[in-house]
Amino acid sequence: MIRIRSFEESVQKLFTQGKLPGFVHLCIGQEAVAAGVCLALESTDQITSNHRGHGHVIAKGGDVKRMFAELLGKSDGYCGGKGGSMHIVDFASGMLGTNGIVGAGIPIATGAAFANKYLNSDRVAVAFFGDGATNQGVFFEAMNMSALWQLPIIFIVENNQYTEWSRTGDLSVGTTISRALPFGIRASSIDGNDFVAVRQTVGEAVMRARAGGGPEVVECMTYRWHGHNEGEEAFAGHYRPKEEIEAWKKRDPIEALIVHLIAEKIISPEEVEKMRSEEKSLVDRAYEFAVASKPSDESEALTDVFAEQGGVK
Amino acid sequence: MNTGTYFVTAMRDGIAQAMREDKTVVLFGEDADKSVMGSTKGLIEEFGKERVINMPLSEATMVGLAVGAAAAGLKPIIDLMVSSFFYITMDQIANQAAKLRYMSGGQVSLPIVYFAAQHSENPHPTLAQQAGIKVVIPSNSSDAKNLMLASIRDPNPVVFLQEAVLGGSRGPISEDLEEIRLSVGRLVRSGADLTVFAVGRTVAMAQKAAEVLEKENISIEIIDPRTIYPWDKQIVLSSVEKTGRFLAVDTSRKTCGFGGEVLATVATEAFSCLKVAPQRLCPPDTPMPFAPHLEKFLSVSEEKIILQVRKMMGRS
Repeated sequence: MIRIRSFEESVQKLFTQGKLPGFVHLCIGQEAVAAGVCLALESTDQITSNHRGHGHVIAKGGDVKRMFAELLGKSDGYCGGKGGSMHIVDFASGMLGTNGIVGAGIPIATGAAFANKYLNSDRVAVAFFGDGATNQGVFFEAMNMSALWQLPIIFIVENNQYTEWSRTGDLSVGTTISRALPFGIRASSIDGNDFVAVRQTVGEAVMRARAGGGPEVVECMTYRWHGHNEGEEAFAGHYRPKEEIEAWKKRDPIEALIVHLIAEKIISPEEVEKMRSEEKSLVDRAYEFAVASKPSDESEALTDVFAEQGGVK
Repeated sequence: MNTGTYFVTAMRDGIAQAMREDKTVVLFGEDADKSVMGSTKGLIEEFGKERVINMPLSEATMVGLAVGAAAAGLKPIIDLMVSSFFYITMDQIANQAAKLRYMSGGQVSLPIVYFAAQHSENPHPTLAQQAGIKVVIPSNSSDAKNLMLASIRDPNPVVFLQEAVLGGSRGPISEDLEEIRLSVGRLVRSGADLTVFAVGRTVAMAQKAAEVLEKENISIEIIDPRTIYPWDKQIVLSSVEKTGRFLAVDTSRKTCGFGGEVLATVATEAFSCLKVAPQRLCPPDTPMPFAPHLEKFLSVSEEKIILQVRKMMGRS
């Protein structure tokens, strides 16, 4: 969680300095969801993510050096600079893709879950998406199919209460749970800023899914401290009350976990400080690595459209 | 031809052969078990409902789940039934299936076949435009079987468009393994005066037109690309070098249509061989009306090919 925060803070600084091409969507404030869910998974389990996906990539085991290189469009990036912030993919860690289209990862995770079941593998697929995506048709289609076939899939609704620049409450009726229930899908809504609750709830859901219990929906209530995307003030203005932002900042998921761990004597304050400085330096070194990495060769832009022809047998 | 294998049966035979060879080949389709179009007939009896999956009417998720299933080790075949349904799925086909390999820097290959019947709506240029999806349109039973096999074995997303009007046509099946290849065009008929490039159901129209024109001492060469993207440029250019005249016949609408793309390639790469301006014959930029006589008025036909060829030969 500290690594995710350090990475996002560094990305924010670089964006402000004009050193990053394209758009970035930061997940500062939502770190407990990414960490709690991914720590409940095996490295072979698959996830699909969305536009706000840096935290999911890191929590699933992604390397911040290669992430930074991707954000800078360098050859050492996960996709050689062809994906960027919204299309980081790392199949080696089961990360089937962040995604620029809201809700688009849901059918893909459903397909991965189908394959897992068909191949008698005990892998579980997880789709991360936001409250905005619960209004996409594919969410309902995928819930129907996964319930019909009892697929090993967990739908993680990361509810930060805003659909881009609008309050989701102004755009939706009912609750996330009420959308899952007609499909007979077990659904729960939990405090997404409470790492322990996320880890435990999702851990149990994953165990049930692995054992053939079928799909589940877990809604994690949380809040993004930053905008929908960095630099939004220029066109979106201030659409969230200051008091609301301040109130959620007081519920920092990282600080809450630290307080808990110190109280339980699992970790000392000194160890926490050491961890913060180690993670900051890891992220700083990752950025230096990315800056030093070669830009992708122009010839790379013409490769990887198709896999080699295997049709001649 | 009224002997040989039905077109849809040939497609089915291609699918069945691939499913026998490889247990990771799985078919999803709306009413796949009943096989309304005939191209999945008998598959559920042979392979069971675990491998022939009857689908709810959720095209977008059906197309998208193929991406995830392929990424996780399967070779999904998706029966979308009708080609207009591709438009329901455009995010999953254009943003996801077509782009995931490229945008991941080649981390994954996605062996998927999406097939559908087409008639009045012909989306092959739209799909070919996405860069990352191969598109095939067979014109006869043999190609229907062999291109289906090639499409399933290909490690990329392939859209297989079945001409609805050819479903009940029949023909012999070539057992030549060389025929099981994508992106290889076919010389349908040799000729000296003019090259007709014909797609899908227009191949048979061009063949009939060639017989009529032969009696007028006009010798037509016919090229069937078979694969729309990536298409066999060389077979076309070689033919134009020989005949010096070129007519592209296509079923997609004129603006940004496939016929225009092929014509542009001929105009830019074989310009010095051309004796007359190259032409295209395709439906105009309108939706297709329901009334059969209006449809006929807009559509490519044997008669329109004959008239266009005569004009290009200075015989009108």
